[in-house]
Amino acid sequence: MIGGQLSNKILYNGSEAAIKGCLQAGATFFAGYPITPGTEIMEQWVKKTSENQKYRFIQAEDETSAGFNVIGAILAGKKAFTATAGPGNTLMQDPISMAEAMRLPFVAIIMQRGGPSTGTVIFSQQEVNLTCHGGNGEGHRIVYSTSTPQELYNYCLKAFDIAWKWRFPTFILADGYQAKQESQVVFKKYIPRINSKPILKYNHGNNNLRNCYNFETELALNLEKNIRDYNLMSKKVCEYELYKASDASEIIITHGITSLSVIEAIDILRTKFNKKIGLFRPITLAPFPIEVGNKVISNKTNIYIAESSNGQLASLVKSNLNIRSTIVELLKPAVPISAEDIINLVRK
Amino acid sequence: MRLSSFPICFKEITKPHKFCPGCGHGIVLKELGFAVDELDIINDTLLGVDIGCSLLAWDFFNIATIQTHHGRTIPIVSGYKSAQNKKICIAYVGDGGAYAIGLQALITASLRNDPITIIVVNNTLYGMTGGQMAPTTLCNELTTTTPNGKICEGIKPILGPELLKNTSSEKAFIARATISRPLEVGEMIKKALLNQIVNNSFSFVEILSICPTNWKKDAKESFEFLEKYMEKYFTVGVINESKNS
Repeated sequence: MIGGQLSNKILYNGSEAAIKGCLQAGATFFAGYPITPGTEIMEQWVKKTSENQKYRFIQAEDETSAGFNVIGAILAGKKAFTATAGPGNTLMQDPISMAEAMRLPFVAIIMQRGGPSTGTVIFSQQEVNLTCHGGNGEGHRIVYSTSTPQELYNYCLKAFDIAWKWRFPTFILADGYQAKQESQVVFKKYIPRINSKPILKYNHGNNNLRNCYNFETELALNLEKNIRDYNLMSKKVCEYELYKASDASEIIITHGITSLSVIEAIDILRTKFNKKIGLFRPITLAPFPIEVGNKVISNKTNIYIAESSNGQLASLVKSNLNIRSTIVELLKPAVPISAEDIINLVRK
Repeated sequence: MRLSSFPICFKEITKPHKFCPGCGHGIVLKELGFAVDELDIINDTLLGVDIGCSLLAWDFFNIATIQTHHGRTIPIVSGYKSAQNKKICIAYVGDGGAYAIGLQALITASLRNDPITIIVVNNTLYGMTGGQMAPTTLCNELTTTTPNGKICEGIKPILGPELLKNTSSEKAFIARATISRPLEVGEMIKKALLNQIVNNSFSFVEILSICPTNWKKDAKESFEFLEKYMEKYFTVGVINESKNS
């Protein structure tokens, strides 16, 4: 049994919740390299492989190979995934670039670490740029930024169907707080909507696949299609959270676990300080929920952007939304943001 | 006995091939094709090819083929094999992909005894990028990054199969062949594939080849370099073989 017990409640940490989601989604293959705070996901997976031989595992020599192991398994028709963090995410960009260019349904759980990540294993929001736009491609990726173990479960469950449906690399972007905290998690009944099939075919056409092009014009044609598909998909997969935004005159934009501090602050600001303030939290950082975002921020007096990096979310917000109000940024790279930080900012 | 002048698994519409005139890859791939034909595994084989000249083989055969990034063919093929353990999986790479950018993956595959077959075509330099020094470049050899000849001073060009003998299982098949004796190339590849199939073990063949374009040599001079210098330094033959083979 996974999960700890407190009185009559079963508690799950984020890594356990994530693995539950991946298993229910039909994942049968994992390749990875140990790196805190993503290691527990790998160890949870290894436990499953000893219970049932259909679950396959490769411990790779580095994250680059782990990513390419995953690609090999995807080509063979498995729902395969990996989990990594910080410098592992950096090395992983090589296989992810291939998956992106070849439209392979690559799923990865990223537990963020602040750079350069020698030490600092617990919390960061500094892998937004890398996860959304890393590699030498156009950033055709789907990135869910989660905030709790429950959401880790929810989005791991969803990621495989989304990746196999749209055929873009799909990420669950979290952090060590989420991975290691224990909480109750509600598990759903879920039947995967899409079954995986071998992508590399045998004994009939299209059985030679490549990730190289002889001419730039040939690549451009391929990219045109990918851009068209990505744009077509964007509205359909965008997700967001709104909290007390409907009557708000001020909006705080944040993502991931920082949204928990923001929600706490909003309640205090509303009840104690009579501030009409609300939250807009993009759950998909890529593609960015532009339509709802623009609606929520229109005619607001102030827009606050709060994140534990030096403006990685802020640049996404500014490049995607048409903001005419005053922008106030609370950027705390490497360290978490508390409700008190938010309250002080808004009351200034 | 070979019934046709070309392997049945050749994809005819992609012939003549895209390699430079006189390139050794054509000979190696033809022997690989004959081995696949003779073992009758065309519909059970996965071929992975690297970046570098080997990528030009991406549509060479009517065999399921994946072309990937430099040095990453082995992890893709290992992942594929782990997911589909009945398939016969081949990684086809150059000496730069195997012994420089992909060495970590190569050694790890041998340490895990991944049941895959790796074919390394060794022409002592990086061909596709215009002839730079590789880990296999011989002492005093001219390349674009060793314009006065490679200075060795106590260091040695890498001996891949000999290195792998120390990291591989006893059941591994490890050998070196040369395109100056094409039939032996075919035999070694066949043994390597059989070792994967029968012994479910790591199999590796390095094949000494020529690069007339970057060596700036004609056919006769290229084969002279192959036979006089390369075959003298890189010993041809079986380096490790399972007792059960």
